[in-house]
Amino acid sequence: MSPTPGPAGATAEAVRTGGRSARSVVEEALAAIAAADGPLHAFLDVHADAAAADAAAVDAAVEQGRDPGPLAGVPVALKDNLCTRGRPTTCSSRILEGWRPPYDATVVTRLREAGAVVVGKTNMDEFAMGSSTENSSTGPTRNPRDPSRVPGGSSGGSAAAVAAGVVPLALGSDTGGSIRQPAAFCGVVGMKPTYGVVSRYGLVAFASSLDQIGPFATTVGDAALLLEVIAGHDPCDSTSLDRPAPDVTAALDDGVEGLRVGLCQELLDEGDAEVVGRVRAAAEALAGAGAKVDEVSLPELRLGLPAYYLLAPAEASSNLARYDGVRYGLRVDAPDAEAMNTATRTAGFGAEVKRRIMLGTYALSAGYYDAYYGKAQRVRTLVIEAFGRAYESFDVLLGATTPSTAFPIGAKVDDPWSMYLSDLFTVPSNLSGHPAMNVPFGADGEGLPIGVQLLAPALGERVLFAAASALESLAPAPGGAS
Amino acid sequence: MTETALAPPETGAWETVIGLEVHAELQTATKLFCSCRNAFGDEPNTNVCPVCLGLPGSLPVLNREAVTFAMRIGTALHCEIRPSIFHRKNYFYPDMPKDYQISQYDEPINVGGWLELPDGERVGIVRAHLEEDTGKTSHLGEGGRIHAADESLVDYNRAGVPLVEIVSEPDLRSAAAARAYVTELRGLLIATGVSDGRMEEGSLRVDANVSVRPVGSSAFGTRCEVKNLNSLRSLGRAVEHEAARQVALLEAGGAVTQETRHWDEEAGRTVPLRSKEEAFDYRYFPEPDLVLLEPDEAWQREVAASIGPLPAARRARLAELLGGEATESQLEQIRSVVEQGLDHFVTEASPPAPAALALARAGNELAAEPEAATSLDPAAFAGLVALEAGGELSATQSKKVLARLLADGGGDPLAVAAELGFEALGDDALAAAVAEVVVANPDEWAEYCSGDEKLQKQKGGWLAGQVMRATKGQADGKAVDEELRRLRAAQG
Repeated sequence: MSPTPGPAGATAEAVRTGGRSARSVVEEALAAIAAADGPLHAFLDVHADAAAADAAAVDAAVEQGRDPGPLAGVPVALKDNLCTRGRPTTCSSRILEGWRPPYDATVVTRLREAGAVVVGKTNMDEFAMGSSTENSSTGPTRNPRDPSRVPGGSSGGSAAAVAAGVVPLALGSDTGGSIRQPAAFCGVVGMKPTYGVVSRYGLVAFASSLDQIGPFATTVGDAALLLEVIAGHDPCDSTSLDRPAPDVTAALDDGVEGLRVGLCQELLDEGDAEVVGRVRAAAEALAGAGAKVDEVSLPELRLGLPAYYLLAPAEASSNLARYDGVRYGLRVDAPDAEAMNTATRTAGFGAEVKRRIMLGTYALSAGYYDAYYGKAQRVRTLVIEAFGRAYESFDVLLGATTPSTAFPIGAKVDDPWSMYLSDLFTVPSNLSGHPAMNVPFGADGEGLPIGVQLLAPALGERVLFAAASALESLAPAPGGAS
Repeated sequence: MTETALAPPETGAWETVIGLEVHAELQTATKLFCSCRNAFGDEPNTNVCPVCLGLPGSLPVLNREAVTFAMRIGTALHCEIRPSIFHRKNYFYPDMPKDYQISQYDEPINVGGWLELPDGERVGIVRAHLEEDTGKTSHLGEGGRIHAADESLVDYNRAGVPLVEIVSEPDLRSAAAARAYVTELRGLLIATGVSDGRMEEGSLRVDANVSVRPVGSSAFGTRCEVKNLNSLRSLGRAVEHEAARQVALLEAGGAVTQETRHWDEEAGRTVPLRSKEEAFDYRYFPEPDLVLLEPDEAWQREVAASIGPLPAARRARLAELLGGEATESQLEQIRSVVEQGLDHFVTEASPPAPAALALARAGNELAAEPEAATSLDPAAFAGLVALEAGGELSATQSKKVLARLLADGGGDPLAVAAELGFEALGDDALAAAVAEVVVANPDEWAEYCSGDEKLQKQKGGWLAGQVMRATKGQADGKAVDEELRRLRAAQG
């Protein structure tokens, strides 16, 4: 028997069968955004008119007896690093001010084809560099669970929009944990697919070999629905895998009977006591449901964070070179081209982006390449091999998503290293390219959400969703005691 | 002028050592990483899209045809075709949309190989790799230099056009050899259909690494890279100038500094562009947006099979048709005919016509009008050469008919000849015309018969000219000559 549909699935079903108009669904979402977003600041741009028009088109399809698609009339928010034709796409950076992409990202096209209605673009850390959504040219997004705290990042706007209930679905991107970490902080489901399962075409690159687009939802089932729509081969992305979208909705009720779950030491060690407690509770719950849970240690994962903070900035230093004032976005005039480049980039990029460009430029420099970039690549191989060993004995791994719950706004802005540590448990999956997911599993003493992280081998989306769905059904009721 | 690969050093006791980097634009239908048209001369910024403009979020997808073309080059240069990857070469320049160039670096598609020059010398090939071209910047005001320009305009039509960079070993020893190498390479690129080889349009661009060393030394001197060589003439002049500059420096007790130099065509000299210290740190790293390029054996076989005979083999074929030793001017004709892809005219006409005649018509008349020649029907050419060989048309007449055939793109040579009034002169009419000239010019005739070989040759030519004039070029030169000899013999 299938689990109860989540809000997105239920809405799509109602719209497809004529029980509800897409117009009313979208109007309600737009009204909710208008009511909530002032203090929240999850959105950078709301596509009110276009959303209403798209909803009307869905309704027209239903009236004419055409199938409007699996996400008919479902409002979706997009992280502002996903290109939307004719609509601002800023990556929360001054340097992209005024730029309107002439094309839609592949995921956006697929959403539209599935009947989903894009309602707006969400706030993020500039160019996805950050773990709190404070590195935004327009100011931070607040955590809907506690407005004095950050929503996590870099996809904080998307996580907050779903957590606040203004949209049932949102897309984010995850380079080092940028979907899973804010999902954990905001108490929603957030998933990073296997590298290559979702096309990156139209995702403004941060670190190309690590970036992957993924879903935010309030339930595992809704996340599955969204993943199936956006996944699948895309000839416009050479790193896109030549295979159909994983059939994850069909795996939701597979259960965990006999599933081999590895409770990973290195994904717990630096965690706060309450976080570790919830992960252990999750392990026990899974064991109670028939899974075989064992502890496992993968020491190489500890090397992931330093390797990540060389590889990601190295790629970023190259990916962000194109913002030079010549063709689009901000231009600060100067007497010659070189001076114009410098003036534009000085004014257009925020401090964290500059820090990472410098770090990455250094790591790739002649004479340092082998010591930094080369060595980090070798560490990456070690991480992949460590996971490979683990998956000989386990079907999925379990750990914390983040070492702590959401921290107060401003607490870490002046301490980059402490901010980087938020990604400790999430970066290994980006380095390995494996899928991983945050599933809310209770809260700490202050009522702040705690998420547990499930990890699976490459293309293990089905077993990942099966385990996540089971875990979700075992989780304490939202707001309940841990 | 004869060009040889290993000419004696033109700088006295010094030997010039040259390695060339040739960039060839591939004439694929579309660009290297997107489906924009790859065309020269279109309105600026019309063949552009998010990918070749490097817009945020866009991603490159490798063009299969460009890989095929690169493999054709590698195969023709006897390279090993290897699994390869792309790197990013990072530097800021307004005509480079992404501020990095996607290029192959230490794992290129074609490795090792050689190119054989017409004199039989083999020049080693280090590599021939794929990369994307940049856009084109025009600087307005202040003599077109970037630093003083009032305004700079960029055309991105060329951005993303596929290039293959062919790097030679430092095997060349003279300006002439460098020119011979580029000429031969150009012929190969045209013959394999991968490039139009037009240096003046920038389809073929050459950088020269030049150093000098004492004759007999096996160590290399410090080299300078010379850029902006837009023609064979520039290449030759620049190499000569640069070698002479280095020799002068060394002989004055100085040292050559490794640097990049710019060839100033007007001033006829190289000027410093940037020193080794100022060289860019390109921060190469593997391009994460592309995957391993590993052409399978079937693809490689397909490419190898698609390559027709290469210039060297085609030249050998023509020489073989000539039989015996070819003269210097015939060798020149063979080179020119093959270079312009006109050799099939010769092979179609000969046999039955003598190869020397077919080669002369192709090497002179066809080669003079290469555009028209490409659309000429080879059968029409063969028919014409046969008429001339059979004595039905004189050389003069034959050339006139050929000119008409070229203008019309073909036709029946016999009909064209008739139309032009070139009825072959009958034997009797010819004999009568010769007799008339002999009678009218007794002094010249006497001198022709004198027995002085030099005088005979001179006067024979003059008499034949009179016959040609009298017959309005209708007489066959050879037949006139024979008739004159016959008369002289009869007289003696």
